[in-house]
Amino acid sequence: MLFKKTKMLERKMDEFLDVTSETGLAFLEAIKNYFDNDQVKFNNHLEKINDLENRADVLRREIESQLYTETLIPESRGDVLALLETTDNVTNQVKETILDFSIEAPVVPRDLHKDFINLTEHSVNAMDEVVKAIRHFLRNPMAVRDYLHKVYYYEKEADKVAEALKRKIFRSETLDLSTKSHLRFFIRHIDSVADKAEDVADRLTIYTIKRSI
Amino acid sequence: MFLLFLTSGLFLGWSLGANDASNIFGTAVGTRMVKFRTAAIIASLFVIMGATFSGAGTSNTLGKLGSVNQLAGAFIVALAAAISIFIMTRSGLPVSTSQAIVGGIIGWNIYSGTPTDITTLTKIVSSWVSGPLLAAAFAFLIYKLFLAFPRLLRIHLFRLDAYTRMGLITVGAFGAYSLGANNIANVMGVFVPVSPFHAITVMGITISSTEQLFLLGGISIAVGIFTYSQKVMTTVGEDVLKLTPQAALVVVLAGALVLFLFSSESLEQWLIVHNLPTLPLVPISSSQVIIGAIIGIGVAHGGRGIQYQVLGRIASGWVLTPIIAAVISFVALFFMENVFKQPVYLP
Repeated sequence: MLFKKTKMLERKMDEFLDVTSETGLAFLEAIKNYFDNDQVKFNNHLEKINDLENRADVLRREIESQLYTETLIPESRGDVLALLETTDNVTNQVKETILDFSIEAPVVPRDLHKDFINLTEHSVNAMDEVVKAIRHFLRNPMAVRDYLHKVYYYEKEADKVAEALKRKIFRSETLDLSTKSHLRFFIRHIDSVADKAEDVADRLTIYTIKRSI
Repeated sequence: MFLLFLTSGLFLGWSLGANDASNIFGTAVGTRMVKFRTAAIIASLFVIMGATFSGAGTSNTLGKLGSVNQLAGAFIVALAAAISIFIMTRSGLPVSTSQAIVGGIIGWNIYSGTPTDITTLTKIVSSWVSGPLLAAAFAFLIYKLFLAFPRLLRIHLFRLDAYTRMGLITVGAFGAYSLGANNIANVMGVFVPVSPFHAITVMGITISSTEQLFLLGGISIAVGIFTYSQKVMTTVGEDVLKLTPQAALVVVLAGALVLFLFSSESLEQWLIVHNLPTLPLVPISSSQVIIGAIIGIGVAHGGRGIQYQVLGRIASGWVLTPIIAAVISFVALFFMENVFKQPVYLP
């Protein structure tokens, strides 16, 4: 009874992180469905990502307003709010990317499928590790480092794959320039998921130092 | 007549409430962890309880320093303390009621030709130094423990916030009780020997004349808290001392423990029974104890950011405040006796 509101807030925060992590998993599945040409499953995952993103928005707003109206955690309120918003950016990026796949239906040559999936895997891994880092930030700031370095690792890997993929595409003699540009746009989109996860990690690094002194 | 002469003491109480309540609830209110109303109600209630039930010990010590035996004399001693606090505050110097009242009493001793008990004086002055030092040591230890605690138990950030709020209120209540117990002597101590009150029994509980006096003093402190301390609390919380709510919890707990140690007669009895060294029951400055505790935390952080000139200023207050108060007391007693024709001491 005494900590009812606090418990509810903790639950909402946990759910927000679950939703973020789940969005990443659905993203990877959707990309795989797209290259398998499984339209039904792809659409299911697209719908799921939409729902998850909406849920994340609702949760974020509820947590933010509760933190402010009840003047909770006055010292770290700003940090937690910024964390929520940057994390929400990652989910938004996933939704935007998958929506563009659905609308623009880029034609990806078969020999590039594996690279695209590889790139998505690195981005989703970065996303997953940053969610773990946030969970630890809330309960055990000392352990955050263990996850942050993995976020940075996967972000770098995603960059490397993206660069190699772009080189491969632009050196191709069979693809026309419009296709090349179109594919580059999607590579950037997927790579951005890892970049946005890195933004969250950057903030977490500072907040963790702040919490440890 | 008695109530008229008591006004200087009540004024001291009011100023104590206005200023010193912020030592207990300043950061809690300033950082909006605790609402001012909640803080004011708890602080008032516990200050009055502490003053009424545990204020006797420190008053006895002040009584040993100099037992002011005429009402007009007591009025002047409290007034001299109040005026010197006003002067020191206006000059931006750190000041404490405890040090001012001692100066006032010494002024009366000199005027009336009563010898000042050097043993008692040494006891009092040494506790001005040992109080903040002890608070620093407590704060250091508690802070170290406190840092380890949430890490070990992996308490959620939100849960930690809820615990801290509860802690700030609980520790604040203890702090207010200790403040009342320790500092009521400054406000009402000099009036104890001349109190015209008689013990009354309400529903089987006897309230002695001293307790009635302390109850009045406690109420004046509470009035100070309600009427003026909000401004001071917000300043303390937002401007002067930037403490995190968790650090504030440690500071107030350390400060409250020290105030309690220097005022509890039952604790003294317990220590005597168990052959442990006792602390003198002496009114000490809550502000200086709190500063001591903050320094303790500074040391726990590796000693960075401690402003050593603040310590120098406090030490200068230990000397300056009693001297100013003694001089004012002496001069005012002269006027009271010769101009207003009021007896200020019994030979």
